[in-house]
Amino acid sequence: MMSNIMRESHIMKIHYLTALVAVGFVIIHIMVRITQGFANSLEFESVIANYKSIPYAIVLEAMLILISVHGFNGLRIILLELKQGNAYENAVTYGCLVAMIALIAYGSRTIIMASMGMVEA
Amino acid sequence: MTKDGALPKGFERPSSSPSQEKYEKVKPSSKTTTLRISKFNPKSDSTSTFSEFKVHYEKWTTVLDAILEVKQQMDHSIGVRYSCRQATCGSCGMIINGKPKLACFTKISELDSDSVTVEPMNNFPIIRDLAVGFERLIATHKRIKPYIIRDDSEVTSETKEFLQSPEDVEKYIQFAGCIKCGLCNSACPTMATDSSFVGPQALAQAYRYVADNRDKGKDERLKIIDERHGIWGCHFAGSCSQVCPKGVDPAMGIQLLRGYLLGYRK
Repeated sequence: MMSNIMRESHIMKIHYLTALVAVGFVIIHIMVRITQGFANSLEFESVIANYKSIPYAIVLEAMLILISVHGFNGLRIILLELKQGNAYENAVTYGCLVAMIALIAYGSRTIIMASMGMVEA
Repeated sequence: MTKDGALPKGFERPSSSPSQEKYEKVKPSSKTTTLRISKFNPKSDSTSTFSEFKVHYEKWTTVLDAILEVKQQMDHSIGVRYSCRQATCGSCGMIINGKPKLACFTKISELDSDSVTVEPMNNFPIIRDLAVGFERLIATHKRIKPYIIRDDSEVTSETKEFLQSPEDVEKYIQFAGCIKCGLCNSACPTMATDSSFVGPQALAQAYRYVADNRDKGKDERLKIIDERHGIWGCHFAGSCSQVCPKGVDPAMGIQLLRGYLLGYRK
């Protein structure tokens, strides 16, 4: 069981911390967008150029991880409150963990491919 | 006192006393209200219904007085739990006009309503009508070890008691006022959805003992509440503190307890 691996207080510390740090990264992200102008920043070349900037790609990767961890743990908490039972609770906990890993893997793949120039117009 | 104003057998009132003159000025009230009592027997009923009764009340008449008057005079079948009638035993918790309250501590005149609707507490299984089962509350209360944990005894040949300063007592004394009435658990939105949630009553009591400097069972107790359906289920709605008839603030206790688990309180 997940609760055997980590105490709920450790999970909640991660939950609060990811939220706080994610807010910081989102502020950086929005400030970068403001400096470029929103309309221009959404053009395809501009989006791809963002990924090619390594520091910015790291910001995007960090945001992906932080928001995924926070979001899927939040979803787990909501689902555990809706219904109880050992089998259901384990399914929800591991389901959320797998979904979180899958989303991070897929998002990271996109970021890595775009930053390495494997996505072209 | 009997209905016609006479004193019980064996009691006499001095004929010329000033208190008698004052006493005689008190006239029965003409005020009436409609008391709506939820009726439900889980053994025979599928849904609850309401029985309505017209009751007279004075400015000091409590909801419990009115229910007992109805039970005595009109419907003997009403299921209600009560004992002390002075907000000490915590037996008569119920939903009065939509809010969890103690029936013995709620005056009809203060409700500011044409009718009084009484229902059993939410988040508790109904035994019958207004009486609910306290098994879950007692079980969670027991689980958090509601007693001082330490190896040595308070009374030895050398020492008499563990001394505490007023400041030490101040840290937990408001939480020691809990009468286990269950109103906080009834008001808690998490209790309504999470059948395994430990509840504000038990969490407030956990804080009461963790904050007591005589207690050495902090780690043991924190471990008990640090689980999926433990302290983290609280969303800080604060309704538990709103309804407590003894002025206990379980929501604050829960937040203070979280401080120990998050590491910013020692």
